[in-house]
Amino acid sequence: MALIAMRDVTIAFEGIVAVDHVSFEVDPGDYLVILGENGSGKSTLMRAMLGLVKPRSGSIVYGDGLLQNQIGYLPQQTAAQRDFPASVEEVVLSGCVNRMGRRFFTNRADREKAERNMALLDITGLKKKSYRNLSGGQQQRALLARALCATDALLLLDEPVTGLDPAAAQEFYDVIRELNHSHGVAVVMVSHDLGGAIRDAGKVLVMDRGMDFFGDVEDYRSNFAERAVSSRG
Amino acid sequence: MGDLLAKLLTRRQDREGGRRRGGAVALWAILALIVLWVLTHLGAIGQAFAAFGGYLQYRFIQRALVVGALVSLCASLLGVTLVLKRYSMIGDGLSHVGFGSLTVAMSLGFVTADSLPRFLPGGLRDGVAALCSGIAANPLPFTLVVVVVCAFLLLRISERSSMRGDSAIALISTSALAVGVIVTSMTSGMNVDVYNYMFGSILAMSSSDVYISVGLSVVVLVLFMLFYPRIFAVTFDEAFARATGVKAGTYNMLIALLTAMTVVVGMRMMGTLLISSLIIFPALSSMRLFSHFRAVTICSAIVSVGCFLLGMMLSCVYSLPTGAGIVAVNLVVFIAFSAIGAIRQ
Repeated sequence: MALIAMRDVTIAFEGIVAVDHVSFEVDPGDYLVILGENGSGKSTLMRAMLGLVKPRSGSIVYGDGLLQNQIGYLPQQTAAQRDFPASVEEVVLSGCVNRMGRRFFTNRADREKAERNMALLDITGLKKKSYRNLSGGQQQRALLARALCATDALLLLDEPVTGLDPAAAQEFYDVIRELNHSHGVAVVMVSHDLGGAIRDAGKVLVMDRGMDFFGDVEDYRSNFAERAVSSRG
Repeated sequence: MGDLLAKLLTRRQDREGGRRRGGAVALWAILALIVLWVLTHLGAIGQAFAAFGGYLQYRFIQRALVVGALVSLCASLLGVTLVLKRYSMIGDGLSHVGFGSLTVAMSLGFVTADSLPRFLPGGLRDGVAALCSGIAANPLPFTLVVVVVCAFLLLRISERSSMRGDSAIALISTSALAVGVIVTSMTSGMNVDVYNYMFGSILAMSSSDVYISVGLSVVVLVLFMLFYPRIFAVTFDEAFARATGVKAGTYNMLIALLTAMTVVVGMRMMGTLLISSLIIFPALSSMRLFSHFRAVTICSAIVSVGCFLLGMMLSCVYSLPTGAGIVAVNLVVFIAFSAIGAIRQ
């Protein structure tokens, strides 16, 4: 059963259609990259998957025991955040807030989970460092550790390598592949970094308000990429 | 050629290093001057403390100290969140709304049964008149309700509408101030009471005000501590919190509610025009020195209460307006912290 099933989803803002009749599914262990130009509706689609915007028609079904509070999300950073006075530990631990239920404070299990995820992303040494003094790549790792505190099943990444230098971007993709391969975390990534993003992907979705392409990455490479080139030429 | 370039580069670095060192020397010099001034005026400072000790026996000073310390604590804790969420002006906006509703509440004292329209039944007219005079006699609960409603309204507007948050705040706060001024000039005129609302007075608090203030402050403190992890999550990254199933809207409401309560309680003493400084200054000062959220929060609480006590002392001993004194002390601390922060870098 799929983790998230999008069924004929249409999203509109003030009468302008941003996402037009989109249907696809994300299965456990998938690695899906959503590509598209600026304004193609790919970020809106992701916000809908997260429940941040309501579709005008169609339905979004969470399955396989996935609940709203079991999604990990790596949003694009805001300017306010880059300069935020908080330690890496505080940031990572804040990912556990959605599991607190009726509790007021984090407990030992939460703190252990945060420790594990910091170790997994190799930032245990930065634990007491301030978030605002980290490099872009380190900040992304801290946010990823936080997202992993919120989920074991599904990570949604919104343009994760924007603002990273090529080496840091490469490292980041390696971390994501590791999470996907060895830990079975399903990954959905919105990107316009064509080359790097689809390197490890299993499936590709190309958005242009509607769905231009959805399928395995091999099909995308052999068919769609050529077609896109020839139609432009 | 390469040698020359390398030499030029190192010299440039030297010069930059030198400039930075020069800045540090200047800052240390300022700090040293401050310390020197304190040391040479120890006698006068001791006298001031002694004089302040004499004031402590008065009931109204005791009241002001208790309420002021609690309000400073609440304001500083909320301030960290508000400043980081870029909501610092909400405190300012709400205090103006508070002023408007205080003047309206006071003017209700002029309503009598005879002044109400004749077609209403006599019993209703008496009831309304009694309610109005009740509100005028004890305006704090009325003000609290109005300010809380406005806090929700402000939050709604800045979240949903196309108008930007800061414009919405300016709109509401100036309108409330205008209503306050119009109502005042139509009823009592600009008197000492109104002046006190604007600039604050430690004499303004009645004993029932003290009970309300202490109660509200305790509620603010307890709620802030209980929801601290959630408040941090929503402050750091609202989109993430929302996406992972945390009810961010509810916690925004909670923050707005707590801010409204703090503003209403602190308004009488600090004055409408100065209360927002109590929210903003301690948080900004501590962010100069600390870079962990918990450290910033704790430091801001200590700074806030410390500045309040010192400002209060200055106000008593040199008969300065309380609110202005506290703001002045906060400003000095902010400058000192900025200097220390700059040196440390």
